[in-house]
Amino acid sequence: MDWNNFVDTFWQNTMNGLSLGAIYALIALGYTLVYGVLRLINFAHSEIFMLGCFGSFATLWALGIDRINGDNPYKSGVELIGILALCLVVSMAISATAAVTLERIAYRPLRKRNAPRLVFLISAIGASFAIAEAVALFGAKGREEYGLPFVLNEKDVLFTVFGADMTNVRFIAIVGAVVMMVLLTTFVSRTRTGRGIRAVAQDAETARLMGVNTDRIIFITFLLGGLMAGGAAFLFELFRGAARYDTGFVLGVKSFTAAVLGGIGNIKGALLGGITLGVVELWGAGLFGGRWTDVIAFVVLVSVLMFRPSGLLGETLGRARA
Amino acid sequence: MRKFTTATALLAGVALIAAGCGDDDSASGATTTKAGATTVKPAGGGVKCSGIALGFLGALTGDAGALGQNMVDGAQLKVDEFNKANPDCKIEIKKFDSQGAPDKATPLADSIVQDKSIVALIGPGFSGETKATMPKFEAATLPMITPGATNAKLQTNGWKTFHRILANDDKQAPGVVKLLKSKGAKAVGVIDDGSEYGKGLADTVRKELGALATSSDAIDPKAADYGAAVNKMKAANVDYVFYGGYYAEAAKLVKQLRAAGVKAVFVAGDGVLDEAFIKNAGSDAEGSLLTATGLPPDATPKAFADAYQAAYKKPPALYSPEAYDVATVFLDAIAAGKVTRADINAFIATYDKPGITKQLKFLPDGEIAGDAVYFTAVEGGKLVGKGIIK
Repeated sequence: MDWNNFVDTFWQNTMNGLSLGAIYALIALGYTLVYGVLRLINFAHSEIFMLGCFGSFATLWALGIDRINGDNPYKSGVELIGILALCLVVSMAISATAAVTLERIAYRPLRKRNAPRLVFLISAIGASFAIAEAVALFGAKGREEYGLPFVLNEKDVLFTVFGADMTNVRFIAIVGAVVMMVLLTTFVSRTRTGRGIRAVAQDAETARLMGVNTDRIIFITFLLGGLMAGGAAFLFELFRGAARYDTGFVLGVKSFTAAVLGGIGNIKGALLGGITLGVVELWGAGLFGGRWTDVIAFVVLVSVLMFRPSGLLGETLGRARA
Repeated sequence: MRKFTTATALLAGVALIAAGCGDDDSASGATTTKAGATTVKPAGGGVKCSGIALGFLGALTGDAGALGQNMVDGAQLKVDEFNKANPDCKIEIKKFDSQGAPDKATPLADSIVQDKSIVALIGPGFSGETKATMPKFEAATLPMITPGATNAKLQTNGWKTFHRILANDDKQAPGVVKLLKSKGAKAVGVIDDGSEYGKGLADTVRKELGALATSSDAIDPKAADYGAAVNKMKAANVDYVFYGGYYAEAAKLVKQLRAAGVKAVFVAGDGVLDEAFIKNAGSDAEGSLLTATGLPPDATPKAFADAYQAAYKKPPALYSPEAYDVATVFLDAIAAGKVTRADINAFIATYDKPGITKQLKFLPDGEIAGDAVYFTAVEGGKLVGKGIIK
């Protein structure tokens, strides 16, 4: 226990926790949406995220950008925004394509045959391994870490809160996550398709009788989850700058934890769970030391579940107003 | 009656198979011993032998795969030279990829011990896997010399077959501290990755630094964010950060330190001394100081460096000269007619010849005599050797 350090680093750890939590929340949305609609834990979602990380990487490579050697790769602010936007779009496109393809290959055939739920789970785990190992086996550097070039000068401090620095990349991660989350919530609560998602989540059978095309809704759910994962991947790589075939694993487990913490199937729960987990992890690490991060995270999860077995906000994608 | 014949046939079959296996076993055992008995060094030069192999156990893939590959390349170079000079005694290196993980290394150790053709082992590469597998090698009297496991507790287990060809972390740590003090460090933050090697080295550095170590933390290498440790260093306002761990995490850590505005000089041990550290951390690696008990890549003898470059189209890297020396010791043993595990082990104890890294002489506990620690700086995106720490 190191109280002095806990106090000294409290605000800085809070800042880091918020940005990390925002990433957790975005990935958690993918778990939560699919769970809400299909009652399925899509364990391959972490690999969808990992592919998104490589999407950003590939874009920078294709553009010939290598900030790793020190020079700014862009000439003007407009160009910088262009580069970032392109990375974001490519990451989201790759993750979304992967998510939709995954649904086609790993889940739809099972659904057509009315397979038991356990089979979906095995299929999910299998797909997760298959994607990660494919990257490890066929990637240019195999199982080695890929160092991603930084685009932004990540040392720029935007503003300070209680003496803690908020750097540009962390700030973008938080704001970006919030914007994507608002867009998603609006989509689910305001649009016709969003109503369809909520209908299928509440009662798939009845929704089908009412004329909702469930296959299309499930397709869109995976698409949304993939888009969020791609966005998360881009924001994560802004401050991490490294990726590997198993990058998704730890983040996937943590994000799934965040989804359960907030109440799986609940969109706002994913946000709350992600932020809570991110911040608590950093605080815990500040207090007990970095090796205790996971212990803190899961102690919090278990304590919350003891008193609120369905998570902080409960499992309600269907009934969620937003 | 019919049933009876089938059963007999089956039984006979089983017996045959069993006999076959038995034959096989004894045959291969016999070849080795026979070969051992008949190894001769004719006057014209060239050693005669057959069915003898060296084993290699270490990371060839995974986070630290580059380091293991350095070892194999170094050892292979020596073996190729030997095979060329001795056409009647072709030695092969049988490689076992542990990915540097103790749990993956353990079953591989069984295969190595059971493979009777393996008379000596190059490796294991790292400390954790060495600790996990040594009891098996000790039980099988399989002599080993590690070119990279530097944990300072390994030699205290009383293992008769344990040897290492470079100074251990207890000797590296004073070097690190000497280096920090000579640079005028006033406040040092020490971070480790919790591994056998990283924590061992960092703990000794903490102890040796005493009051100079003003801040300390450990990271989970797999964590998505090292923020807590980074913020701790930032709050403690240290002017040097020492990291005990390997290059993959070191690159991410130094990037995150710089991103958080920590300007402290990054110092780390031999686990980080690899081109991949610079490649992944880019300009953030600039100015880092890396220590090693192994010979820094650019301090290797020219003849070795040239041969290595010619064979692998790349310059020698960390641990390849050590692995070359390990292979030298084993091949000298074979050339001297020692081809059983026990004979080679006895031979190593009496060995005292110059290698390319240092005088190769082992102390009774398996440690190499001498305790030089070198350091290397990252300058202009390159590893630049700075010689022995004085």
